[in-house]
Amino acid sequence: MQGFLDNLIRSKGFDPATWQYTQFVYLAGMAAAAFIVINFAAITAGIFSWAERRVAARMQSRVGPNRVGPGGFLQWVADAVKLLLKEDLVPDEADKLLFRIAPYFMMVGFACVFVALPFSHRLVVADMNIGLFYILAVTALIVVGIIMSGWSSNSKWSLFGAIRSAAQIISYEIPAGMALMIPVLLAGTMSTQGIIRAQGGWPWQWFLFNNPAAFAAFFIYFISALAEGNRTPFDLPEAESELVSGYNTEYSGMRFSYFFLVEWGNMWVMSALAVTMFLGGWQIPGLSPERFDALRGGLGVVAEVASLAVFAMKTLFFVFVVMWLRWTLPRIRVDQMMNMCWKYLVPASFAGVLFVAAWMLLVNAQPWLGYAMRFTLTALGAVSVTLFALRVLRNIHDTGDKFDFTSNW
Amino acid sequence: MTKPLEVPTMDMENKEVLRRIEITGDMLLNMGPQHPSTHGVINFLVQTDGEVMKRAIPEVGYLHRSIEKIGERCTYNGFMPYTDRVDYIAAMFANQGWAMAVERLLGMQIPKYAEYCRIIACELNRISSHLISVGTMAMDVGAVTPFPYALREREFINDLLEELCGARLTYNYLRIGGVAFDLPSGYEDKVQGFVDHFEKILDEFNRLITYNEIFIKRLAHLAPISAQMAIDYCLVGPNLRATGYGFDVRKALPYSVYPEFQFDVPVGRGEVGTKGDAWDRFWCRVEEMRQSCRILRQALAQMPQDREIMAKVPRKIKIPEGTEAYSRIESARGDMQYYVVAGAGENAHRVKIRTGSFTAMGIIDALSRGLMIADLVALIASLDVVAPEIDR
Repeated sequence: MQGFLDNLIRSKGFDPATWQYTQFVYLAGMAAAAFIVINFAAITAGIFSWAERRVAARMQSRVGPNRVGPGGFLQWVADAVKLLLKEDLVPDEADKLLFRIAPYFMMVGFACVFVALPFSHRLVVADMNIGLFYILAVTALIVVGIIMSGWSSNSKWSLFGAIRSAAQIISYEIPAGMALMIPVLLAGTMSTQGIIRAQGGWPWQWFLFNNPAAFAAFFIYFISALAEGNRTPFDLPEAESELVSGYNTEYSGMRFSYFFLVEWGNMWVMSALAVTMFLGGWQIPGLSPERFDALRGGLGVVAEVASLAVFAMKTLFFVFVVMWLRWTLPRIRVDQMMNMCWKYLVPASFAGVLFVAAWMLLVNAQPWLGYAMRFTLTALGAVSVTLFALRVLRNIHDTGDKFDFTSNW
Repeated sequence: MTKPLEVPTMDMENKEVLRRIEITGDMLLNMGPQHPSTHGVINFLVQTDGEVMKRAIPEVGYLHRSIEKIGERCTYNGFMPYTDRVDYIAAMFANQGWAMAVERLLGMQIPKYAEYCRIIACELNRISSHLISVGTMAMDVGAVTPFPYALREREFINDLLEELCGARLTYNYLRIGGVAFDLPSGYEDKVQGFVDHFEKILDEFNRLITYNEIFIKRLAHLAPISAQMAIDYCLVGPNLRATGYGFDVRKALPYSVYPEFQFDVPVGRGEVGTKGDAWDRFWCRVEEMRQSCRILRQALAQMPQDREIMAKVPRKIKIPEGTEAYSRIESARGDMQYYVVAGAGENAHRVKIRTGSFTAMGIIDALSRGLMIADLVALIASLDVVAPEIDR
């Protein structure tokens, strides 16, 4: 971002270090970036709300919203307009100030993540050298918003939701953070772009298939991210059948929509982070980052768009997986949730970090080991995906069902 | 887990309970009557210490409509549509119980063909009722998708029953002395087709949710009921059978044409946890749907050909005052009993309906101690209580 603005100033014939208006340009640049990022977050969250409802509907032999716009695509706009026009109710006995500002905490915590999230080869707001720590830190703001909203609502159900989420999100930050340290170890940097550059375009170059601990770390991270994003099977803070609606029970209108904006937007955040850390990010197969940097002109633009598409495809796939899990699995209980975190994920993630450190020393001494392990793990991954597909086909056959992607749109 | 403190007795006034909760510093949570997973308008006074409950006291009566009193004011035939409302999820059984009770008052036999029509309607209704039960139970545990799956199958049954009697929820199909309508032409094939299709869907349903790891983790060992405890608390139906005690009115005290069919009574085996736990209750219902399919197949094969749907019933039913009759049927929610005392005129002097949901509510207090709030939801769902059947 700063580099881009510096180049811009230089192209006008000024020196950014001495020019008096440099800071203003930076400020304007930041404002523009913030505007774009918040709009991107809000619009993806809105589109995901529509996508999730359509996906859920297909999974449940329903049709889902299909009236507003083509295939119901504009449903999220209609919903947003409706929610904005609704009365903003504040319960009588609520702590009015906290009740009002709680959604903004969530919104801020959520929107700030996008600053360090990469989108393509050059498209990132700020490629900080502490990018990952920054992301982990600002996501913690979300839990402040949740606790605030639950406590200030003065409703027992909200309070339950808030307490559950405090326990859940704070616990799961530990395995998530530790699991993300493994790519950091492998890449030797915390910059999100740097981690992507340390990987490659082909699956066997991804950190996912680098070694068994990294493979496990991906799943630890993904599970923890589900828990941090309050997604099924960890949707305890807003468990509909238990807590009515959890921490957002008393909210209505626009403030209510913020909670769901954050929830749906978080799907992008957690998936993009997983893709960045473990799945090679925007790397195009067969194009090394150095050659990518060297591309200029039209070819550079094409490659840039292609890298954006690669990143978006991978991320959207995981967004779909998150939806898929939500509409498949039941919810786990509070004590099981805590057990899972502290008994399994936390020790496993710590062991993983140690293993990776040892593994890196080993691979330094015997490089062939690294190649062998990558090959084996990639093959294992391919085999398990194939087996899964075959199993699905058999189930469909057994039930006497058939594929139908065309009707009922 | 907190150890059970000195807990108030069952018969204590709620006010007293509230006072005690205040003393112990616990939280009183009103779960209901508009809570999404109480399965109708029921209230639970939940005494909790954080997530762990000390006890949950069911408060019934929000849906009381004096159906038994209405039965004493209506003529015998006139009460039939009201019985639909006793249990609107399994209305056919409430019809059957009333019809059988009055038929016993009259001391009459009904044509065999009509009995077969009743069995087909009732077993279809049993499947649809159990589908609601297992679907909502999965939803209460947090899995939303099994519920639309179950409802989709229920729609097929609703279509079938609509074709039979014109209604999709409150059927009012049975009559004193038989059934209201003959099976439409081609109906047997449709039911056969549904059964063939449905048995595959049951396997799919098992794959989707019954043997799901998280689902088992949530329900195994949850609120196990021993056979003795179930009998002490008068549990009936799948709730009783899940404890391993295979009492089914269709087998133990055969009525209608049930003796002519081969079917098993699924009992809980503690396959994944303790015998009689919530998962066993769920599993029993799934298996009962399979058995209902078996009964339907046999009923369709053995149908008498005479197509006589009504016995001769006097236009005005008058029964000597003081005559008593009692009918017991196996409803979807278990042993449903009608007790009728004939009055002087054309209506009953006394009607009493005994339903499975009401007694199931009684055990919740005993089972809920030491459970978590999420477990209470699963417990209520596993007992398959239906609010109108509790209060009548």
